[in-house]
Amino acid sequence: MQTIDLADSDLRTLNATLQAAATGGGNQTAWEVLNPRGAHALAVGLDGPIEVTVRGSTGYYCAGMNKEATVHVTGSAGPGVAENMMSGTVVIEGDASQYAGATGRGGLLVIKGNASSRCGISMKGIDIVVHGNVGHMSAFMAQAGTLVVLGDAGEALGDSLYEARLFVRGSVKSLGTDCVEKEMRPEHLALLADLLERAGAPAAPEEFRRYGSARKLYTFDIDNVQEY
Amino acid sequence: MSDTPRARTLPIQSATFTNEINAEIRRAAETGIYDIRGGGAKRRVPHFDDLLFLGASISRYPLEGYRETCATNVTLGTRFAKKPIELDIPITIAGMSFGALSGPAKEALGRGATMAGTSTTTGDGGMTEEERGHSKLLVYQYLPSRYGMNPDDLRRADAIEIVVGQGAKPGGGGMLLGQKISDRVAEMRTLPKGIDQRSACRHPDWTGPDDLEIKILELREITGWEKPIYVKIGGTRPYFDTALSVKSGADVVVIDGMQGGTAATQDVFIEHVGLPTLACIRPAVQALQDLGMHRKVQLVVSGGIRTGADVAKALALGADAVSIGTAALVAIGDNDPKWEAEYQKLGTTAGAYDDWHEGLDPAGITTQDPVLAARLDPVEAGRKLRNYLKVMTLEAQTIARACGHNHLHNLEPEDLCALTMEAAAMARVPLAGTDWWPGKPGGGL
Repeated sequence: MQTIDLADSDLRTLNATLQAAATGGGNQTAWEVLNPRGAHALAVGLDGPIEVTVRGSTGYYCAGMNKEATVHVTGSAGPGVAENMMSGTVVIEGDASQYAGATGRGGLLVIKGNASSRCGISMKGIDIVVHGNVGHMSAFMAQAGTLVVLGDAGEALGDSLYEARLFVRGSVKSLGTDCVEKEMRPEHLALLADLLERAGAPAAPEEFRRYGSARKLYTFDIDNVQEY
Repeated sequence: MSDTPRARTLPIQSATFTNEINAEIRRAAETGIYDIRGGGAKRRVPHFDDLLFLGASISRYPLEGYRETCATNVTLGTRFAKKPIELDIPITIAGMSFGALSGPAKEALGRGATMAGTSTTTGDGGMTEEERGHSKLLVYQYLPSRYGMNPDDLRRADAIEIVVGQGAKPGGGGMLLGQKISDRVAEMRTLPKGIDQRSACRHPDWTGPDDLEIKILELREITGWEKPIYVKIGGTRPYFDTALSVKSGADVVVIDGMQGGTAATQDVFIEHVGLPTLACIRPAVQALQDLGMHRKVQLVVSGGIRTGADVAKALALGADAVSIGTAALVAIGDNDPKWEAEYQKLGTTAGAYDDWHEGLDPAGITTQDPVLAARLDPVEAGRKLRNYLKVMTLEAQTIARACGHNHLHNLEPEDLCALTMEAAAMARVPLAGTDWWPGKPGGGL
């Protein structure tokens, strides 16, 4: 394993080194980052199957736009972790701040603590598994992908939802506009079982409820004007 | 009884309740939905037409029209980017999405811009092969919706434009109605086919200038600090928004006035929110000057640019370049009178057609209908755009030489006067025949 210590190195060197390792196809596929101390934009734009372990907590946008890489943060993550992720895996051992997985298009984001507000906002295909709770407005305008919450969800879950699938094991403080509870069918249980296993989440699929779009706001209708 | 007709009062139309207003009231009552349309503000607002160049005389002498050089090049992104954009002319093509425009229209814009030595810009919906393939210099927009956003396209762009707002609807998000959400558009945007798409008005993962600074850092780290990063704002508080863009680390600030077009939004938004382009430039330039960043962070102005005179006036007021959208569409065939019969069928007329959101454009530009889109020959349309850009540049050079300048960037506010009080106040140039403008420090004569 190669080590980069941010006490001795700077952000540009770190990202340039990791990006080169990801795309270079060499043998240095395992990397460790020490002393992140809340730095922003760590391990962003990776484009290849390397594994990066960040020992500590990160600032904004850790693992942003990740492709194929596995990024493991042993502490907590600041806003926008794994934003617009395309593929790969990002695991946060602690909590995640707001906008976790925002606009993500693929891959798996696992948050072993809690996620703050707007988790999965505008998600476009990413799978997110939160072992704890999620804050208000999570999955706002979520287009595709799956959000799994083992704990509780805050206010306005799934507001203005498109086709993303939401599963919550605990309570939901309130559903957002056009978000409704839906029937849990066998294919949903299978999907959940797979995601829970990959996320190392200690829960059974049968314990969850499913939420999705009522699709009433897909085309403008004056009779729904109070919902806009 | 006399046969002489009684004297009668003539019918008087209300200046408040005009026929147009009354028709809109009836339309709203009938349909229950606000009017949605494309384009920019149609109302008369103070504009570049309200300014005149003074030209050279005894106190200044002109350059020879065809013999002395008047350069037109501009470099964008000199502050931080390793690879700034070098343009031959200071006129760029503004962001317009595939979805709002057809594939051939995007191709035509790329072809025309490339032949003229300038850049074109993606839009809300991602980058298409048509425009990347035909645009030597392509600016990739980073929008609140993030439709189609991906790091590969980010890296193959020549610059990145973070869109905070646009002049037609500052504070509003994009809109693309179901008629234009074709299979391809739906796939690019990860949306169900045929829905009325409403984009977010705010970015999903940052709010405020402190966050924006970090977002810009992230984009630079992903792209190796190579790409110029623009910040595009709708013209509302140009001094502060420009200053905050600079503070956030922008290489280029793009400011778009209310005459700037959109593919679709509410008419009430277009006509009643935002500032005229003319009112945006001097405050933005002032902000750059106060920060010691004028010409270091480049300023691009858009919204109602139509002629070389408009280009020259924007540059004289301190812009580094301008951007055109509506004018470029007109150049490639939008609202062409040759389609008048079809415009009539749509209940409109050439020059007034603005229902771009309906996807029925007879010119084949603002549509996703393959039959209509096939009407536009991208090669011929690209040639027309090239010609138009060249004409605008020649016009601007003509004026600059007449004012004695050997580069368009040497035009200055002292070359201008204003025809109206409003224009004088906004442009901060003297009312014609005086040395005074409203708000001038120290007064006038």
